[in-house]
Amino acid sequence: MSAMRKLTTLVWKDLLAEFRTKELVSSMLMFALIVVVIFAFTFETGSSATKEAAPGLLWVAFTFASVLGLHRSMLHEVERGSLHGLLLAPLDRGLLFLAKAFGNIVFISIIEIPTFLLAVVFFNLDLSTGWDKIAVIFLLGTIGFASVGTLFSAIAVNTRTREIMLPILLFPVQIPVILSAVNATAAALAGRTWEDLSGWLRILAGFDLVFILVCYVTFEYVLEE
Amino acid sequence: MKNTAAQSSLRPPVIAMPSAAKLQRWSIILGSVVAVLMFVNLYNVFVLVPTEKSMGIIQRIFYFHAPPLITSFVAFTVTFVYSILYLAKQRIWHDRIANCAAEVGVLLTTTGLLTGPIWARPVWNTWWSWDPRLTTTLVLWFIYVGYLMLRAYAGEEQRGARFAAVFAIVGFVDVPIVYLANRLWRTLHPQPVVFGGSGSGLEPTMRYAFIFSIVVFVLLFVFFLVMRLRVERTRLEVDQLKREMAFS
Repeated sequence: MSAMRKLTTLVWKDLLAEFRTKELVSSMLMFALIVVVIFAFTFETGSSATKEAAPGLLWVAFTFASVLGLHRSMLHEVERGSLHGLLLAPLDRGLLFLAKAFGNIVFISIIEIPTFLLAVVFFNLDLSTGWDKIAVIFLLGTIGFASVGTLFSAIAVNTRTREIMLPILLFPVQIPVILSAVNATAAALAGRTWEDLSGWLRILAGFDLVFILVCYVTFEYVLEE
Repeated sequence: MKNTAAQSSLRPPVIAMPSAAKLQRWSIILGSVVAVLMFVNLYNVFVLVPTEKSMGIIQRIFYFHAPPLITSFVAFTVTFVYSILYLAKQRIWHDRIANCAAEVGVLLTTTGLLTGPIWARPVWNTWWSWDPRLTTTLVLWFIYVGYLMLRAYAGEEQRGARFAAVFAIVGFVDVPIVYLANRLWRTLHPQPVVFGGSGSGLEPTMRYAFIFSIVVFVLLFVFFLVMRLRVERTRLEVDQLKREMAFS
Protein backbone atom coordinates (compact mmCIF):
# COMPACT_ATOMS: atom_id res chain seq x y z
CA MET A 1 0.00 0.00 0.00
CA SER A 2 1.25 3.45 -0.76
CA ALA A 3 1.70 5.89 2.11
CA MET A 4 -1.31 7.87 0.88
CA ARG A 5 -3.54 4.79 0.88
CA LYS A 6 -2.42 3.91 4.41
CA LEU A 7 -3.09 7.44 5.55
CA THR A 8 -6.59 7.60 4.07
CA THR A 9 -7.41 4.17 5.54
CA LEU A 10 -6.30 5.31 9.00
CA VAL A 11 -8.23 8.57 8.76
CA TRP A 12 -11.30 6.73 7.46
CA LYS A 13 -11.13 4.39 10.48
CA ASP A 14 -11.30 7.35 12.88
CA LEU A 15 -14.05 9.14 10.96
CA LEU A 16 -16.15 5.98 10.64
CA ALA A 17 -15.79 5.12 14.33
CA GLU A 18 -16.86 8.64 15.22
CA PHE A 19 -19.72 8.64 12.70
CA ARG A 20 -21.15 5.50 14.32
CA THR A 21 -21.04 6.75 17.91
CA LYS A 22 -20.95 10.54 17.48
CA GLU A 23 -19.59 10.49 21.00
CA LEU A 24 -16.61 12.82 20.59
CA VAL A 25 -18.18 15.54 18.49
CA SER A 26 -21.41 15.70 20.45
CA SER A 27 -19.72 15.95 23.87
CA MET A 28 -17.17 18.49 22.64
CA LEU A 29 -19.88 20.57 21.01
CA MET A 30 -22.15 20.63 24.06
CA PHE A 31 -19.21 21.62 26.23
CA ALA A 32 -18.18 24.45 23.89
CA LEU A 33 -21.75 25.76 23.67
CA ILE A 34 -22.11 25.76 27.45
CA VAL A 35 -18.85 27.67 27.82
CA VAL A 36 -20.13 30.36 25.43
CA VAL A 37 -23.44 30.61 27.32
CA ILE A 38 -21.67 30.90 30.68
CA PHE A 39 -19.47 33.65 29.31
CA ALA A 40 -22.56 35.43 28.00
CA PHE A 41 -23.81 35.66 31.60
CA THR A 42 -20.65 37.40 32.77
CA PHE A 43 -21.33 40.51 30.70
CA GLU A 44 -24.10 43.02 30.85
CA THR A 45 -26.33 42.64 27.80
CA GLY A 46 -25.49 45.04 25.04
CA SER A 47 -22.32 46.39 26.65
CA SER A 48 -19.35 46.97 24.37
CA ALA A 49 -17.20 44.75 26.58
CA THR A 50 -19.06 41.74 25.18
CA LYS A 51 -17.84 42.36 21.66
CA GLU A 52 -14.28 43.00 22.77
CA ALA A 53 -14.17 39.79 24.77
CA ALA A 54 -15.85 37.62 22.12
CA PRO A 55 -12.67 36.50 20.26
CA GLY A 56 -11.00 35.54 23.53
CA LEU A 57 -13.91 33.58 24.90
CA LEU A 58 -14.41 31.81 21.57
CA TRP A 59 -10.87 30.49 21.73
CA VAL A 60 -11.27 29.59 25.39
CA ALA A 61 -14.31 27.52 24.41
CA PHE A 62 -12.41 25.91 21.50
CA THR A 63 -9.29 25.07 23.49
CA PHE A 64 -11.18 23.66 26.49
CA ALA A 65 -13.47 21.57 24.30
CA SER A 66 -10.51 20.40 22.20
CA VAL A 67 -8.62 19.16 25.24
CA LEU A 68 -11.61 16.97 26.13
CA GLY A 69 -11.84 15.63 22.59
CA LEU A 70 -8.11 15.07 22.13
CA HIS A 71 -7.95 13.10 25.34
CA ARG A 72 -10.97 10.95 24.52
CA SER A 73 -9.84 10.22 20.99
CA MET A 74 -6.53 8.85 22.28
CA LEU A 75 -8.21 7.04 25.17
CA HIS A 76 -10.37 5.07 22.69
CA GLU A 77 -7.22 3.76 21.05
CA VAL A 78 -5.65 2.73 24.33
CA GLU A 79 -8.71 1.38 26.16
CA ARG A 80 -9.93 -0.89 23.41
CA GLY A 81 -6.44 -2.06 22.55
CA SER A 82 -6.65 -0.78 19.00
CA LEU A 83 -3.36 1.05 19.48
CA HIS A 84 -1.57 -2.28 19.92
CA GLY A 85 -3.12 -3.45 16.67
CA LEU A 86 -1.95 -0.29 14.91
CA LEU A 87 1.55 -0.69 16.30
CA LEU A 88 1.71 -4.25 14.98
CA ALA A 89 0.61 -3.16 11.52
CA PRO A 90 3.43 -2.41 9.05
CA LEU A 91 2.98 1.34 9.33
CA ASP A 92 5.33 4.23 9.75
CA ARG A 93 4.65 5.76 13.18
CA GLY A 94 4.72 9.21 11.61
CA LEU A 95 1.75 8.21 9.46
CA LEU A 96 -0.16 7.22 12.56
CA PHE A 97 0.46 10.70 13.91
CA LEU A 98 -0.68 12.42 10.72
CA ALA A 99 -3.85 10.34 10.57
CA LYS A 100 -4.73 10.89 14.21
CA ALA A 101 -3.99 14.62 13.95
CA PHE A 102 -6.07 14.91 10.80
CA GLY A 103 -9.04 13.22 12.48
CA ASN A 104 -8.74 15.59 15.43
CA ILE A 105 -8.57 18.62 13.12
CA VAL A 106 -11.80 17.47 11.45
CA PHE A 107 -13.63 16.91 14.76
CA ILE A 108 -12.51 20.22 16.27
CA SER A 109 -13.40 22.11 13.08
CA ILE A 110 -16.89 20.57 13.11
CA ILE A 111 -17.62 21.90 16.61
CA GLU A 112 -16.13 25.32 15.87
CA ILE A 113 -18.79 26.23 13.33
CA PRO A 114 -21.93 26.01 15.52
CA THR A 115 -20.03 27.44 18.49
CA PHE A 116 -19.02 30.44 16.42
CA LEU A 117 -22.54 30.91 15.08
CA LEU A 118 -23.93 30.84 18.62
CA ALA A 119 -21.39 33.50 19.62
CA VAL A 120 -22.40 35.61 16.61
CA VAL A 121 -26.01 35.50 17.82
CA PHE A 122 -25.32 36.03 21.53
CA PHE A 123 -22.68 38.72 21.15
CA ASN A 124 -24.13 40.41 18.11
CA LEU A 125 -20.96 40.11 16.06
CA ASP A 126 -20.70 41.76 12.67
CA LEU A 127 -19.76 39.32 9.92
CA SER A 128 -20.30 41.39 6.81
CA THR A 129 -16.60 41.44 5.84
CA GLY A 130 -14.74 38.70 7.65
CA TRP A 131 -16.03 35.21 6.73
CA ASP A 132 -13.04 34.11 4.69
CA LYS A 133 -10.54 35.53 7.19
CA ILE A 134 -12.27 33.83 10.10
CA ALA A 135 -12.22 30.51 8.25
CA VAL A 136 -8.47 30.76 7.58
CA ILE A 137 -7.69 31.76 11.19
CA PHE A 138 -9.81 28.95 12.63
CA LEU A 139 -8.20 26.40 10.35
CA LEU A 140 -4.60 27.50 11.08
CA GLY A 141 -5.29 27.71 14.82
CA THR A 142 -6.95 24.30 14.85
CA ILE A 143 -4.08 22.67 12.95
CA GLY A 144 -1.59 24.01 15.50
CA PHE A 145 -3.72 22.97 18.43
CA ALA A 146 -4.55 19.51 17.13
CA SER A 147 -1.02 18.58 16.00
CA VAL A 148 0.71 19.26 19.30
CA GLY A 149 -2.43 18.09 21.12
CA THR A 150 -2.33 14.70 19.39
CA LEU A 151 1.29 14.16 20.41
CA PHE A 152 0.67 15.26 23.99
CA SER A 153 -2.54 13.24 24.35
CA ALA A 154 -0.51 10.11 23.55
CA ILE A 155 1.83 11.12 26.39
CA ALA A 156 -0.85 12.18 28.87
CA VAL A 157 -2.97 9.06 28.42
CA ASN A 158 -0.05 6.98 29.69
CA THR A 159 0.59 9.00 32.84
CA ARG A 160 -0.98 8.45 36.24
CA THR A 161 -2.85 11.77 36.23
CA ARG A 162 -4.18 11.30 32.65
CA GLU A 163 -6.74 13.97 31.71
CA ILE A 164 -5.39 16.64 34.04
CA MET A 165 -1.91 16.26 32.55
CA LEU A 166 -2.97 17.17 29.01
CA PRO A 167 -3.93 20.83 29.59
CA ILE A 168 -0.94 21.36 31.90
CA LEU A 169 1.39 20.26 29.10
CA LEU A 170 -0.56 21.64 26.16
CA PHE A 171 -1.68 25.15 27.16
CA PRO A 172 1.76 26.70 27.86
CA VAL A 173 3.11 25.38 24.55
CA GLN A 174 -0.03 26.65 22.78
CA ILE A 175 0.29 30.23 24.03
CA PRO A 176 1.58 31.60 20.70
CA VAL A 177 -1.32 29.91 18.88
CA ILE A 178 -3.95 31.19 21.30
CA LEU A 179 -2.46 34.68 21.36
CA SER A 180 -2.24 34.90 17.55
CA ALA A 181 -5.65 33.34 16.93
CA VAL A 182 -7.42 35.61 19.42
CA ASN A 183 -5.82 38.77 18.07
CA ALA A 184 -6.36 37.77 14.45
CA THR A 185 -10.01 36.91 15.15
CA ALA A 186 -10.50 40.29 16.82
CA ALA A 187 -8.92 42.04 13.83
CA ALA A 188 -11.06 40.08 11.37
CA LEU A 189 -14.26 40.85 13.29
CA ALA A 190 -13.28 44.52 13.36
CA GLY A 191 -13.21 44.45 9.55
CA ARG A 192 -9.43 44.76 9.09
CA THR A 193 -7.68 43.84 5.84
CA TRP A 194 -5.53 40.79 5.08
CA GLU A 195 -2.40 42.94 5.46
CA ASP A 196 -3.34 43.79 9.03
CA LEU A 197 -3.70 40.12 9.80
CA SER A 198 -0.60 38.93 7.98
CA GLY A 199 1.71 39.08 11.03
CA TRP A 200 -0.59 36.85 13.06
CA LEU A 201 -1.25 34.48 10.18
CA ARG A 202 2.49 34.13 9.61
CA ILE A 203 3.03 33.13 13.24
CA LEU A 204 0.15 30.64 13.09
CA ALA A 205 1.39 29.12 9.83
CA GLY A 206 4.98 29.03 11.12
CA PHE A 207 3.89 27.30 14.32
CA ASP A 208 1.87 24.75 12.32
CA LEU A 209 4.76 23.90 10.00
CA VAL A 210 7.38 23.65 12.74
CA PHE A 211 5.26 21.50 15.03
CA ILE A 212 3.80 19.17 12.42
CA LEU A 213 7.42 18.37 11.60
CA VAL A 214 8.57 18.06 15.24
CA CYS A 215 5.56 15.93 16.21
CA TYR A 216 5.92 13.75 13.11
CA VAL A 217 9.52 12.97 14.06
CA THR A 218 9.01 12.49 17.81
CA PHE A 219 5.70 10.56 17.76
CA GLU A 220 7.43 7.20 17.40
CA TYR A 221 9.30 7.72 20.69
CA VAL A 222 6.00 8.26 22.48
CA LEU A 223 4.47 5.03 21.15
CA GLU A 224 7.54 2.81 21.59
CA GLU A 225 6.69 0.02 24.02
CA MET B 1 9.46 -6.34 25.43
CA LYS B 2 9.53 -6.69 29.21
CA ASN B 3 12.33 -9.18 28.80
CA THR B 4 14.67 -6.88 26.90
CA ALA B 5 14.08 -4.11 29.43
CA ALA B 6 15.14 -6.40 32.27
CA GLN B 7 18.16 -7.56 30.34
CA SER B 8 19.35 -4.10 29.49
CA SER B 9 19.10 -3.00 33.12
CA LEU B 10 21.05 -6.05 34.25
CA ARG B 11 23.88 -5.29 31.91
CA PRO B 12 26.45 -2.88 33.30
CA PRO B 13 25.76 0.63 31.99
CA VAL B 14 27.23 1.00 28.51
CA ILE B 15 27.94 4.69 28.86
CA ALA B 16 30.89 5.76 30.96
CA MET B 17 29.09 7.35 33.88
CA PRO B 18 31.25 9.32 36.26
CA SER B 19 31.54 7.49 39.58
CA ALA B 20 29.75 8.81 42.65
CA ALA B 21 33.09 9.47 44.31
CA LYS B 22 34.27 11.56 41.38
CA LEU B 23 31.04 13.54 41.35
CA GLN B 24 31.39 14.14 45.08
CA ARG B 25 34.95 15.39 44.64
CA TRP B 26 33.78 17.80 41.96
CA SER B 27 30.85 19.02 44.01
CA ILE B 28 33.20 19.85 46.90
CA ILE B 29 35.60 21.74 44.61
CA LEU B 30 32.80 23.60 42.81
CA GLY B 31 30.99 24.29 46.08
CA SER B 32 34.02 25.95 47.64
CA VAL B 33 34.76 28.02 44.53
CA VAL B 34 31.13 29.16 44.26
CA ALA B 35 31.00 30.01 47.98
CA VAL B 36 34.04 32.30 47.69
CA LEU B 37 32.92 33.87 44.40
CA MET B 38 29.41 34.48 45.71
CA PHE B 39 30.86 36.58 48.53
CA VAL B 40 32.90 38.56 46.01
CA ASN B 41 29.71 38.93 43.98
CA LEU B 42 27.85 40.32 47.00
CA TYR B 43 30.72 42.69 47.67
CA ASN B 44 30.54 43.87 44.05
CA VAL B 45 26.80 44.43 44.22
CA PHE B 46 26.62 46.17 47.60
CA VAL B 47 29.95 48.02 47.82
CA LEU B 48 31.78 48.24 44.53
CA VAL B 49 29.25 49.32 41.90
CA PRO B 50 28.01 52.93 41.86
CA THR B 51 24.34 53.61 42.57
CA GLU B 52 22.36 54.08 39.37
CA LYS B 53 21.31 57.70 38.86
CA SER B 54 17.60 57.51 38.03
CA MET B 55 16.57 54.23 39.65
CA GLY B 56 18.58 54.51 42.86
CA ILE B 57 19.53 51.71 45.20
CA ILE B 58 16.92 49.26 43.88
CA GLN B 59 18.83 48.91 40.61
CA ARG B 60 21.35 46.73 42.47
CA ILE B 61 18.85 43.85 42.30
CA PHE B 62 19.74 43.76 38.60
CA TYR B 63 22.81 41.64 39.42
CA PHE B 64 20.59 38.99 40.98
CA HIS B 65 17.83 39.27 38.39
CA ALA B 66 19.32 38.99 34.89
CA PRO B 67 22.15 36.52 35.65
CA PRO B 68 19.85 33.74 36.99
CA LEU B 69 17.59 34.15 33.96
CA ILE B 70 20.50 34.04 31.52
CA THR B 71 21.79 30.95 33.35
CA SER B 72 18.35 29.33 33.16
CA PHE B 73 18.64 29.47 29.36
CA VAL B 74 21.94 27.62 29.68
CA ALA B 75 20.17 25.03 31.86
CA PHE B 76 17.26 24.53 29.44
CA THR B 77 19.67 24.26 26.52
CA VAL B 78 21.44 21.46 28.41
CA THR B 79 18.03 19.78 28.91
CA PHE B 80 17.24 20.15 25.20
CA VAL B 81 20.58 18.75 23.99
CA TYR B 82 20.54 15.80 26.39
CA SER B 83 16.89 15.04 25.57
CA ILE B 84 17.83 14.64 21.91
CA LEU B 85 20.84 12.54 22.91
CA TYR B 86 18.60 10.36 25.06
CA LEU B 87 16.13 9.71 22.24
CA ALA B 88 18.99 8.96 19.86
CA LYS B 89 21.00 6.67 22.14
CA GLN B 90 18.59 5.59 24.93
CA ARG B 91 21.20 5.98 27.67
CA ILE B 92 19.64 6.58 31.06
CA TRP B 93 22.48 8.87 32.16
CA HIS B 94 21.58 11.39 29.43
CA ASP B 95 18.03 11.46 30.72
CA ARG B 96 19.32 12.12 34.23
CA ILE B 97 21.41 15.07 33.07
CA ALA B 98 18.43 16.53 31.15
CA ASN B 99 16.14 16.08 34.11
CA CYS B 100 18.50 17.55 36.73
CA ALA B 101 19.36 20.53 34.52
CA ALA B 102 15.63 21.28 34.13
CA GLU B 103 15.17 21.20 37.91
CA VAL B 104 17.94 23.75 38.44
CA GLY B 105 16.62 25.75 35.48
CA VAL B 106 13.18 26.04 37.09
CA LEU B 107 14.84 27.20 40.30
CA LEU B 108 16.78 29.90 38.41
CA THR B 109 13.71 31.03 36.43
CA THR B 110 11.74 31.26 39.67
CA THR B 111 14.50 33.46 41.14
CA GLY B 112 14.33 35.74 38.11
CA LEU B 113 10.52 35.91 38.23
CA LEU B 114 10.61 36.79 41.93
CA THR B 115 13.32 39.46 41.75
CA GLY B 116 11.74 41.03 38.63
CA PRO B 117 8.56 42.41 40.22
CA ILE B 118 10.52 43.66 43.26
CA TRP B 119 12.55 45.78 40.87
CA ALA B 120 9.65 46.68 38.57
CA ARG B 121 7.32 47.98 41.28
CA PRO B 122 9.37 51.07 42.32
CA VAL B 123 10.84 51.68 38.84
CA TRP B 124 7.97 50.98 36.41
CA ASN B 125 5.30 51.63 39.04
CA THR B 126 3.79 48.21 38.35
CA TRP B 127 4.58 44.66 39.45
CA TRP B 128 4.19 43.16 36.04
CA SER B 129 4.15 44.22 32.41
CA TRP B 130 3.35 42.03 29.41
CA ASP B 131 6.69 42.77 27.83
CA PRO B 132 7.79 39.97 25.42
CA ARG B 133 10.70 39.03 27.63
CA LEU B 134 8.57 38.83 30.78
CA THR B 135 5.84 36.85 29.07
CA THR B 136 8.32 34.46 27.47
CA THR B 137 10.00 33.84 30.83
CA LEU B 138 6.64 33.14 32.44
CA VAL B 139 5.69 30.69 29.67
CA LEU B 140 9.12 29.08 30.02
CA TRP B 141 8.44 28.57 33.71
CA PHE B 142 5.09 26.92 32.98
CA ILE B 143 6.61 24.64 30.34
CA TYR B 144 9.40 23.37 32.56
CA VAL B 145 7.25 22.97 35.67
CA GLY B 146 5.00 20.89 33.37
CA TYR B 147 8.10 18.93 32.37
CA LEU B 148 8.94 18.14 36.00
CA MET B 149 5.32 17.16 36.72
CA LEU B 150 5.29 14.88 33.68
CA ARG B 151 8.50 13.28 34.90
CA ALA B 152 6.94 12.71 38.32
CA TYR B 153 3.65 11.23 37.07
CA ALA B 154 4.81 9.26 34.04
CA GLY B 155 5.20 6.06 36.03
CA GLU B 156 7.53 3.51 34.52
CA GLU B 157 11.06 4.83 34.29
CA GLN B 158 12.11 4.40 30.68
CA ARG B 159 8.73 5.44 29.32
CA GLY B 160 8.76 8.51 31.55
CA ALA B 161 12.21 9.40 30.30
CA ARG B 162 11.05 9.16 26.67
CA PHE B 163 7.93 11.27 27.34
CA ALA B 164 9.95 13.90 29.15
CA ALA B 165 12.53 14.04 26.36
CA VAL B 166 9.84 14.53 23.70
CA PHE B 167 8.16 17.23 25.78
CA ALA B 168 11.48 19.00 26.42
CA ILE B 169 12.17 19.14 22.68
CA VAL B 170 8.70 20.53 21.87
CA GLY B 171 8.93 23.04 24.73
CA PHE B 172 12.36 24.31 23.72
CA VAL B 173 11.39 24.73 20.05
CA ASP B 174 8.30 26.64 21.21
CA VAL B 175 10.20 29.37 23.09
CA PRO B 176 11.27 31.52 20.09
CA ILE B 177 7.71 31.36 18.69
CA VAL B 178 6.32 32.49 22.04
CA TYR B 179 8.74 35.42 21.93
CA LEU B 180 7.82 36.37 18.35
CA ALA B 181 4.07 36.21 19.06
CA ASN B 182 4.48 38.39 22.13
CA ARG B 183 6.62 40.91 20.32
CA LEU B 184 3.95 41.27 17.66
CA TRP B 185 1.30 41.62 20.37
CA ARG B 186 3.26 44.36 22.13
CA THR B 187 4.07 46.34 19.01
CA LEU B 188 0.32 46.57 18.40
CA HIS B 189 -0.21 47.84 21.95
CA PRO B 190 2.89 49.87 22.79
CA GLN B 191 3.75 50.15 26.46
CA PRO B 192 4.57 53.55 27.97
CA VAL B 193 7.40 52.05 30.02
CA VAL B 194 10.21 50.86 27.81
CA PHE B 195 13.04 48.96 29.35
CA GLY B 196 16.16 50.32 27.64
CA GLY B 197 18.40 47.51 26.46
CA SER B 198 20.47 46.27 29.38
CA GLY B 199 24.14 45.85 28.62
CA SER B 200 23.96 48.78 26.22
CA GLY B 201 26.03 51.58 27.62
CA LEU B 202 26.65 50.01 31.03
CA GLU B 203 29.17 51.84 33.16
CA PRO B 204 32.49 49.80 33.21
CA THR B 205 32.28 48.77 36.90
CA MET B 206 28.65 47.80 36.39
CA ARG B 207 29.53 45.76 33.33
CA TYR B 208 32.28 43.99 35.25
CA ALA B 209 29.90 43.23 38.16
CA PHE B 210 27.23 42.05 35.73
CA ILE B 211 29.52 39.67 33.83
CA PHE B 212 31.03 38.48 37.12
CA SER B 213 27.56 37.70 38.41
CA ILE B 214 26.70 35.72 35.26
CA VAL B 215 29.86 33.64 35.70
CA VAL B 216 29.00 33.02 39.37
CA PHE B 217 25.45 31.92 38.52
CA VAL B 218 26.63 29.61 35.72
CA LEU B 219 29.08 28.03 38.19
CA LEU B 220 26.29 27.79 40.74
CA PHE B 221 24.19 25.98 38.14
CA VAL B 222 27.03 23.53 37.41
CA PHE B 223 27.51 22.99 41.16
CA PHE B 224 23.81 22.21 41.70
CA LEU B 225 23.79 19.99 38.63
CA VAL B 226 26.76 17.97 39.86
CA MET B 227 25.21 17.64 43.33
CA ARG B 228 21.93 16.38 41.84
CA LEU B 229 23.76 14.01 39.50
CA ARG B 230 25.64 12.56 42.45
CA VAL B 231 22.30 11.65 44.05
CA GLU B 232 21.08 10.14 40.78
CA ARG B 233 24.32 8.21 40.33
CA THR B 234 23.98 6.73 43.81
CA ARG B 235 20.34 5.89 43.11
CA LEU B 236 21.24 4.03 39.93
CA GLU B 237 23.92 2.13 41.84
CA VAL B 238 21.48 1.14 44.60
CA ASP B 239 18.95 -0.03 41.98
CA GLN B 240 21.65 -2.10 40.34
CA LEU B 241 22.67 -3.69 43.65
CA LYS B 242 19.04 -4.46 44.51
CA ARG B 243 18.57 -6.16 41.17
CA GLU B 244 21.74 -8.17 41.57
CA MET B 245 20.61 -9.33 45.00
CA ALA B 246 17.18 -10.28 43.72
CA PHE B 247 18.64 -12.40 40.93
CA SER B 248 21.45 -14.02 42.94
